[in-house]
Amino acid sequence: MVLITRKIEFSASHLYHNPALSPEENRRVFGKCNNPHGHGHNYTLEVTVAGEPDPVTGMVLDLKELKEILEREVMQRMDHRFLNYEVTELKGQIPTCENIARVIWELLEPKITQGQLHRVRLYESADLFADCYRNGAR
Amino acid sequence: MGVKVELGRRYRFAASHRLHTDQLSEEENARIFGKCANPYGHGHNYVLEISVSGDVDPATGMIANLADLDSFVEREVIEVFDCHSLNEDVAAFRKTVPTTENLCIEIFERLKSFPKAKLERVRVQETTNNSFEYAGK
Repeated sequence: MVLITRKIEFSASHLYHNPALSPEENRRVFGKCNNPHGHGHNYTLEVTVAGEPDPVTGMVLDLKELKEILEREVMQRMDHRFLNYEVTELKGQIPTCENIARVIWELLEPKITQGQLHRVRLYESADLFADCYRNGAR
Repeated sequence: MGVKVELGRRYRFAASHRLHTDQLSEEENARIFGKCANPYGHGHNYVLEISVSGDVDPATGMIANLADLDSFVEREVIEVFDCHSLNEDVAAFRKTVPTTENLCIEIFERLKSFPKAKLERVRVQETTNNSFEYAGK
């Protein structure tokens, strides 16, 4: 099995706020991330696909195709968007790195038909990231 | 099926060490450890990467609150190692050679009791060219 990874970057804004909690609780749990008008990050997404290279093309999958999937599913949805208000899949969820990575996994997983989605790693900053794997794969 | 989510976090600390063991002769120490056995030690800017897993709390969207994780790692690892001599200042390395392999194991042991999530693995980068991982036995 061979792993192939493609990286993309997108920029988006978000804030952490749970309407079920009091303003004080929101402040205590989320700190600065609760500031009412939000803030933004340059996200880096690494998508890893696992598979056997095709004997004719030598490819696990066509990178051009993966690039198009990432453009359609991730860039068009999230790049230069306010994640809380503009990304349907995140409605009702706190757009933490964990939740955004899981939403991206769920968007990509059914779209990757050559090879199998192995890992989604989303960096919110150089020092903070979330990884998604298939349950039981790690 | 379903998806497993892990939270990854990087920290940095600077420390000195010397690779040397009393169980070997000076010649053997020099042969095995090379410059790393120089008598007064040397230092690195270590980068520590840890991954924790657990259920994502629907109320917070988090596996673990970063403030809790950061303060735990700060207390258990950064305060103990940062700007210290691993050989002289960390009890575990009085008898064990502070290679980065052993450092990974020591850090894993120190962090595995984090109460809010399961520690999956630690990765320590000694230089940009060398990194080591440990995920428990």
